[in-house]
Amino acid sequence: MEENKSQKFDAIIVGAGPAGVAAAVTIARGGARVLLVERSEFAGTKNMIGGAVFLTALKDIFPNSWEQAPIERYINKHTWSLLTDNSSVDVACDFPCSPKSASIYRSKFDSWLVDEAKKEGVYFAPSTLVKRLIKKNGYFCGVETELEEIFADVIILADGVNSLLARQHGLRYDYETKDTVLSVKETIKLSKEIIEERFNIEKGTKNGAARNFLGGLKLENAPFALGFMYTYTDSVSIGLGVNLEDLNRYGLNPSDLLERLKEHPNVKPLIQDGEMLEYSAHLIPEGGFKKLPKLCANGVILVGDAAGFINAIHFEGTNFAFASGKYAGETVLAALKIKDYSKKTLKLYEKKLKQSFVLKDLKSYKDIMENLYSRTESLMNYYPKKASEFFKIFTGANCKPKRDEFRNFIVHFIKDRSLRELLKDAWAFISSVFGVLK
Amino acid sequence: MSDDKAKKTIEDKLTTIKYNCDSESHLVIDRELCKNCESRCCTYICPAKVYTYDENQNIINVDYENCLECGACRIACPYGAINWNYPKAGYGVVFKQS
Ligand SMILES: Cc1cc2nc3c(=O)[nH]c(=O)nc-3n(C[C@H](O)[C@H](O)[C@H](O)COP(=O)(O)OP(=O)(O)OC[C@H]3O[C@@H](n4cnc5c(N)ncnc54)[C@H](O)[C@@H]3O)c2cc1C
Ligand code: SF4
Ligand code: SF4
Repeated sequence: MEENKSQKFDAIIVGAGPAGVAAAVTIARGGARVLLVERSEFAGTKNMIGGAVFLTALKDIFPNSWEQAPIERYINKHTWSLLTDNSSVDVACDFPCSPKSASIYRSKFDSWLVDEAKKEGVYFAPSTLVKRLIKKNGYFCGVETELEEIFADVIILADGVNSLLARQHGLRYDYETKDTVLSVKETIKLSKEIIEERFNIEKGTKNGAARNFLGGLKLENAPFALGFMYTYTDSVSIGLGVNLEDLNRYGLNPSDLLERLKEHPNVKPLIQDGEMLEYSAHLIPEGGFKKLPKLCANGVILVGDAAGFINAIHFEGTNFAFASGKYAGETVLAALKIKDYSKKTLKLYEKKLKQSFVLKDLKSYKDIMENLYSRTESLMNYYPKKASEFFKIFTGANCKPKRDEFRNFIVHFIKDRSLRELLKDAWAFISSVFGVLK
Repeated sequence: MSDDKAKKTIEDKLTTIKYNCDSESHLVIDRELCKNCESRCCTYICPAKVYTYDENQNIINVDYENCLECGACRIACPYGAINWNYPKAGYGVVFKQS
């Protein structure tokens, strides 16, 4: 640990991901002594993202230096694809001039975040695993690492999706398998030129693309799974997030499922001739608003993935991590001022979250994942198939009267799936949309 | 088609990953609890095939060296038989391009 004479800090942050760094710099900027603790030797090397970091949230934490972040490509082209066994129906949007997110490697990006935090006075302790929190007189007041005890007025848990510490100390229940997504990913090397060509990116620019895939796994009992791809400077990521309950139920392995996606005729050409650079896996907490932990207690606050702040529909996590880290930091500064670290004072954090997009979005999206999950079969198989059939008529010039073809399509649309199921699908859709807007 | 570069099996994929292996396992299972387990889901859901079932001895083997530290097995195990910890600081998986 650097320059650390006494073992007492104003605040200790466990976990140097986006949430932990945001909290740490916020506290350091307020003039307090803050220690950021990370179990890996180099920040980011335990972490994985699909993925792209959201820039509005990043700029909010590092307004002056965000452009120096090790960004690979600006992800301004998005394509969502419904896949059947051998076809794809896509919806796409492209904003080449207004980047909102950027692809990153966690090892480089998280290390950069930490370097920026250190410049602003944050003490950083890598290769330091927190085993337990220290609690005295009903207040959390320190951490026990493998080597020593370190004390602080407030502890912030930014230790990610598994947050063993929050569980150990009763701040959070374990997730159920149905609320957990297991993602596997491969980073695949391709030349810049090939990436620009395959993803229709202007040559020599830092522009990039993301793809999302629903369906296409060639399984009758398909699990609830979403495929993703992101372009990097000279590589692409391809991965699949699968509901853990479904993996269990159907006896599936996530890597085998990813192989199925990679073999899909609409996906395969995108990665053809690429060389795998790295394979990785990570969990995503998707319990959302209904599974929120205790967000604070005497002397402790939970932020980012440790608090389950994810909006799975929009692939949002880093923005929640940055914002919640910042609000936690501001709350700690307020508590330090009045030297009161009780839950009552730290509740300011909850208030800030409630007033921001963090809890507002989690609340309005609280039923969506459950709704979609309950319609797995229609999402993974039925609708991709119907979309494909529709466009085969629309584009096929099949030398049959269109009227007959479309009528036949509509009859089968209803017949192939009972009216009851269709109504259930419609209801799930309407209640999801209504949930967000109400 | 140059499938030679594509890695398909988990064993192949694991060769792309750097590890700092500890000599001690960070995953400890209670083999007594495993004896009652019908699904043995750990043997198929794990993205690194860390758990394998040894039919002859009726036990689960744990290749903890391959663990990606995702945490899925801990949540999925129906008997809570896995005492799941992080590897010691500085040990375990080192993702460089993820
Ligand atoms: C496949 C996938 C795709 C994703 N795609 C996107 C995307 O496109 N956009 C987006 O915004 N988000 C995405 N996310 C989500 C995003 O990665 C997370 O929400 C975000 O990283 C959470 O940040 P965090 O700081 O809370 O936790 P983490 O980034 O997980 O950081 C936690 C840190 O704590 C450390 N730690 C844990 N326990 C201890 C301990 N006991 N002692 C010391 N250190 C400890 C860990 O080593 C780690 O560095 C994706 C996630 C996955 C898995
Ligand atoms: S799932 Fe759990 S109980 Fe079953 S075999 Fe695996 S570790 Fe043992
Ligand atoms: S943590 Fe993940 S990679 Fe490690 S054994 Fe469990 S399921 Fe496998």
